[in-house]
This record gives sequence, C-alpha cells and structure tokens, in this order.
Amino acid sequence: MAKRSAPEINAGSMADIAFLLLIFFLVTTTIDKDKGLVRQLPPPLDEEVIPPIIKQKNLFVVLVNGNNDLLVEDAPMELKDLRQAAVDFLDNGGIPAGQEGYCDFCQGARSPSSSDNPDKAIISMSSARKTSYSTYIAVQNELGAAYNQLRDRESERLYGWKYTEVKAAIDAGNYDGNEETANEKLKEIRDLIPFKLSEAEPKSN
Amino acid sequence: MSKFKKKKGGELPPVNTASLPDIVFMLLFFFMVATVLRKNDLKVLNQLPPANQIEKLDKSRTVFIYIGKPGEGYTGKSKVDIVQIGDRIVDVKEVKSAILQEVTKLREELQSSAIVALKIDKDAESGLVYDVKQELREANLPKIIFITTPNSVVE
Repeated sequence: MAKRSAPEINAGSMADIAFLLLIFFLVTTTIDKDKGLVRQLPPPLDEEVIPPIIKQKNLFVVLVNGNNDLLVEDAPMELKDLRQAAVDFLDNGGIPAGQEGYCDFCQGARSPSSSDNPDKAIISMSSARKTSYSTYIAVQNELGAAYNQLRDRESERLYGWKYTEVKAAIDAGNYDGNEETANEKLKEIRDLIPFKLSEAEPKSN
Repeated sequence: MSKFKKKKGGELPPVNTASLPDIVFMLLFFFMVATVLRKNDLKVLNQLPPANQIEKLDKSRTVFIYIGKPGEGYTGKSKVDIVQIGDRIVDVKEVKSAILQEVTKLREELQSSAIVALKIDKDAESGLVYDVKQELREANLPKIIFITTPNSVVE
C-alpha cells in the first residue's frame, strides 16, 4: 500500500475547547475562604478602674459545665432554646413608658424583673475549662444569632432590609447602592442593639 | 484510484502548535484560581466546629493561631492540646511574644489593625482557648475571629 501523509488536524476549535474548560473550572472551583465568628476582646485589665455595678436583672447568665451542659439563669436549658431565651431577655424593655431609658421598639414581655433595654442588657457567658470548643462556639453562635435576629427585625422596620444581608453584601463587595449611607445605617442599628457579651474566667471543673 | 493519491508522499506534516498557548494559559488560570496558598505546615489536628452566624475574613491583615491535639508533623512529647503560631509550637505563656512577632510580618500599614484568626479543633478545651485570648488581650490585639465551617449548629 502506498504511504499516505496524515491529514492535518484542524486546530481551529482547540482554542474554543480550551476556553470552555477554563470557564468550566472558573465556575466550579470555589476559592476556599475562611469565615467565622468575629469577636472583640476587652482591653487589658486595669487594676485601678472599678468595674461598674450591673443590676442583676440586666444580666443574662449562661454557664456551660465540663459535660457541655447549659445552665441559663439558674435553669438547665437545651442549646436549641438558647437563642429564643436570649432574644426574650434582650427584647424585654423593662422600663415603663415615659421614664428614662424606655425602649420604644421592644416587643418583649416588659417584665420588670428582666432587662431594662437592649443597651443595658448584658449577656454573661462562662464555661468550665473542660468545656469542648465546639460547644463553646455553638453557644457563642446562638447568642450572636439572638443579636442578629433583633438587628434584622429593627433594620427591616426602619429601613426595609435585613441587617445581616446588607452587611454580608458590603463585606463581599457586591452591595448595589450607596455603601456609605448603608454603613451609617448599620452603625445606627448596632448602636440601637449593641453587642454586649461578656466572658468570665472559666472554672476548673 | 489516482485521485486519492496525495501529491507528496512520505513526509509527516508538522503538528500544529497554534493552540498550545491556549492550553498553557488555561492551566495557568486554573491553578491561579484553585490554589490555596498555605504558608504554615500544620502540626496540630484541626477540624473546625460548625457555626452559621459568620462573617468573611480579610486575609491580608490576619495572623493565624492553630490549637488542637498534636498531629502528624509534631515531634514533641505533648499529648494534650498544643498551640501553633506560624511554623512553630509555642507554649501558652509565649503566645504573646510569638503573635507579636508574626504581626511584624504583615504589611506595615495593616499592622495596627491586625486580626487574629483562631483555627481551633472542635475537641479542644475551651480553658486553653481562654488562656490564649487573655494573652491576646495583653498583646493588644483585640480583634479576633473564630474560624468555623459554615454549617448550622442546631438541628
């Protein structure tokens, strides 16, 4: 048989295939970005400063023991109920109408034995040294969720959008609208419901 | 039959390399996108706990602390949770000096607003986490982020 030359392969579509693959990988590969719970630590302890006296009713005490059980306001509680309990506490608005510090947006029970207003309310969390980190994070997460829930509610009432959604959009850099005014509004919401979570030194058991 | 015969026989035509740059660029882009730069060799076990009330992290101003049980790369004797900063294992009491040293490796204008990212194994003890946080307080690095996996905790 006579020797034939191999026909030249048409390479015109090679670039198309290459780009197709490139786009496919661009779309499917997720860049692994670290996400997590952001917290602000208190400044170093100053011996001379006398700690302010906080009324017992403005304090929401969450204790976690070495077996990862929760004790909230002297009663055992399941983790799934913690968020609502924290919301109820923060949203209580115990000061009666007309008096200083009256919380006009609170929708809670307005019980005089619970927090005065969200600005006064402080959540205190304390864990044992043996508490597992995953429980610690779960509790932190639920308490943060309580704040986010209230902030979402108030931002929706005042501006018609959710606090967490707008904040996430600004952080991701894809917020469509005026970022500056949105940031101001976010700060207003933060001032309305400030994140006050204190942590005590863990106990040894 | 002669119409099937090529004019020139024998010689192979050269392989067309016109698309080679495309392929190379494609690979380049792919690796640029998919590669996660890991500066530190992990010496501790590091399985992160889940959480869903989370925010994104700005990597450029971040220093990492890893806490967990000793992992594969660890050569010491400790069996309990250990703290890794940068490439080395540090004692809890050395966290402050080690983290301040890491902060100096950041870009200068970002050093004052450095964020400490805590990558802590889910089975670590929170007592140690508290000790590390106290060290960070003293080091004047108040902004911290607990890195978690984005999953729901309840249900």
